[in-house]
Amino acid sequence: MKFILKRLLTMLLTIWVITTLTFVIMHTIPGDPFSSDSDVLPEEVLNNMRAKFNLDKPLPVQYVLYLKNLASFDLGPSIESETRSVNTLIAEGLPVSALLGFQALVIAIVSGLLLGIIASLFHNRTIDYAAMTIAILGISVPSFILAPLLIKFFAVQWGMLPVASWGTWKHTILPSVALAAGPLAIIARFTRSSMLEVLKQNYMKTADAKGLGAAGIVIKHGIRNAIIPVVSFMGPLVAHLLTGTFVIEKIFAIPGLGKYFVDSIFNRDYPVILGTTIFFSVILIVTLFLIDLSYRLIDPRIKLSSRGD
Amino acid sequence: MLEKASHDSLFRPLEKGRLKKEEIRRPSVSQAKESFRRVLKNKLAVTGAVILLFILFFAIFGPKMVPYSYSDQSLASGNLAPDGKHWFGTDDLGRDMWARTWYGARISLTIGVAAALIDLVIGLLVGGISGYMAGRGKLGDRIDNGLMRIVEILYSIPYLLVVILLLVVMKPGLWTIVIALSITGWVSMARVVRGQILQIKQQEFVAAAQKLGTPHGTIILKHLFPNMLGIIIVNLTFTIPNAIFAEAFLSFIGLGVQAPIASWGTMANDALGVILSGQWWRLFFPGFLISLTMFAFNVFGDGLQDALDPHQVKD
Repeated sequence: MKFILKRLLTMLLTIWVITTLTFVIMHTIPGDPFSSDSDVLPEEVLNNMRAKFNLDKPLPVQYVLYLKNLASFDLGPSIESETRSVNTLIAEGLPVSALLGFQALVIAIVSGLLLGIIASLFHNRTIDYAAMTIAILGISVPSFILAPLLIKFFAVQWGMLPVASWGTWKHTILPSVALAAGPLAIIARFTRSSMLEVLKQNYMKTADAKGLGAAGIVIKHGIRNAIIPVVSFMGPLVAHLLTGTFVIEKIFAIPGLGKYFVDSIFNRDYPVILGTTIFFSVILIVTLFLIDLSYRLIDPRIKLSSRGD
Repeated sequence: MLEKASHDSLFRPLEKGRLKKEEIRRPSVSQAKESFRRVLKNKLAVTGAVILLFILFFAIFGPKMVPYSYSDQSLASGNLAPDGKHWFGTDDLGRDMWARTWYGARISLTIGVAAALIDLVIGLLVGGISGYMAGRGKLGDRIDNGLMRIVEILYSIPYLLVVILLLVVMKPGLWTIVIALSITGWVSMARVVRGQILQIKQQEFVAAAQKLGTPHGTIILKHLFPNMLGIIIVNLTFTIPNAIFAEAFLSFIGLGVQAPIASWGTMANDALGVILSGQWWRLFFPGFLISLTMFAFNVFGDGLQDALDPHQVKD
């Protein structure tokens, strides 16, 4: 209990540091949300707009105002889209990105684990080499190359799936696969090397000697011990996949979260930059925390210490 | 019967002194030589190395093999499919894709190698100091803690924000991108180095050196560093492709090298719009080469990792 409390406090502190740093960096970048309008609109109008979004106040005041709103989970208005707030943007984009990310995650974990385990069981045989070739290919081909290829063949040539955009479940298949390829390959390689390590252990021989079936040995003794390195890799992965990836969303014209983040930086849309950054950090930190907790479930020998890292 | 017969005929007492008991039968091989031999035995790793040499060769000499430069435009010969004149075809502005692709290889490889080397130097320094100072009194722990907090914070601020800040403040170009990539990129190298040092300095030979009064510098250079070399080299073979990836990503969102300079990332990005209209060569050549380079670095790195592992049995 004490561990969890301490951890929660550190998480809050980290988010505060990230917020502050992002705030400082983003205001150091020259220009403001209205600098691109400065030739079109008269000076008074611009000043009125700045006043509306509190941009005329000194930075420390803006900072305190932002933190105050943040404390009540209000991420402020989006300057670029005028009528919508950052909370609305996230509420609209998240389900899309999260659905894609979740599907990609399931594909990557299930096939990655399977591929890795099979490769380790057939160590140095053809199946092993085939599985690892797939894995290395998955790491080698960047998503912005894989995605157009998928579109070209599955959508244009064979007409099996829609080319792009968002609508039915069919629209989600290609982007999910494109998102999953890289992580799948990494998970497969982690799993393989970690399984190879575990398979050498004496307790595996013991399990074999006491007459446990092959499947039982692999599932009960092998996977459970081999999965820890895989799990620690998954923290950042989960956060990245759930909050949308810009490249895939751009290629498939998907209205997810990734787009807002990149666009907002270009537009100097301060509230959206801060809002999406904080949102991403919260997801990342919470996932890392959950993963630390899950270590305990996977391997009871691991003690949770409040000293972190 | 049989047993007795074989016993008599097959076994003879050994003459004294005919076999030297403690003779060293194989020449003593240094770790480096042994690792090199093991890499050569790994076919996949050798393939990777050969591919890398090929790409390097064409990056150096490729652009000079054709009479076009990477920026020569000729609208009359735009969007040509590969043929005898334009080996990789041309893009929409009529620029020769062969020249652009190999010129892009130069840019991408330069960015990859330069960013990885900067990461390495900073990562070694920070990770080394942090790991060496940890557990060395109150001051040492404080230094270690401070450096690691900096690392954690750098880890969590969105790196795109930092990159854009830099690109706005500095002039866009090759070296700005290198700096932008390495400003956050050294973090993982620092963590790896620190972890390694923490582990190695627990071992007996370091304690022995310390008891003998060896100065800190010598311990670091002669005892810690050689033991980490393997993992550092392997890490390097993974950071170079990562940097190439990152550059391609930056180019993809329009923050990479500026036209008319080409990199594989910008070329792939330019090709996205036309892939559906059948100009496959626009995406294929840069895309294929990025993938091939990644593949080569990965298998070569894997081979090195196995070969440099001192726990592997000599066979």
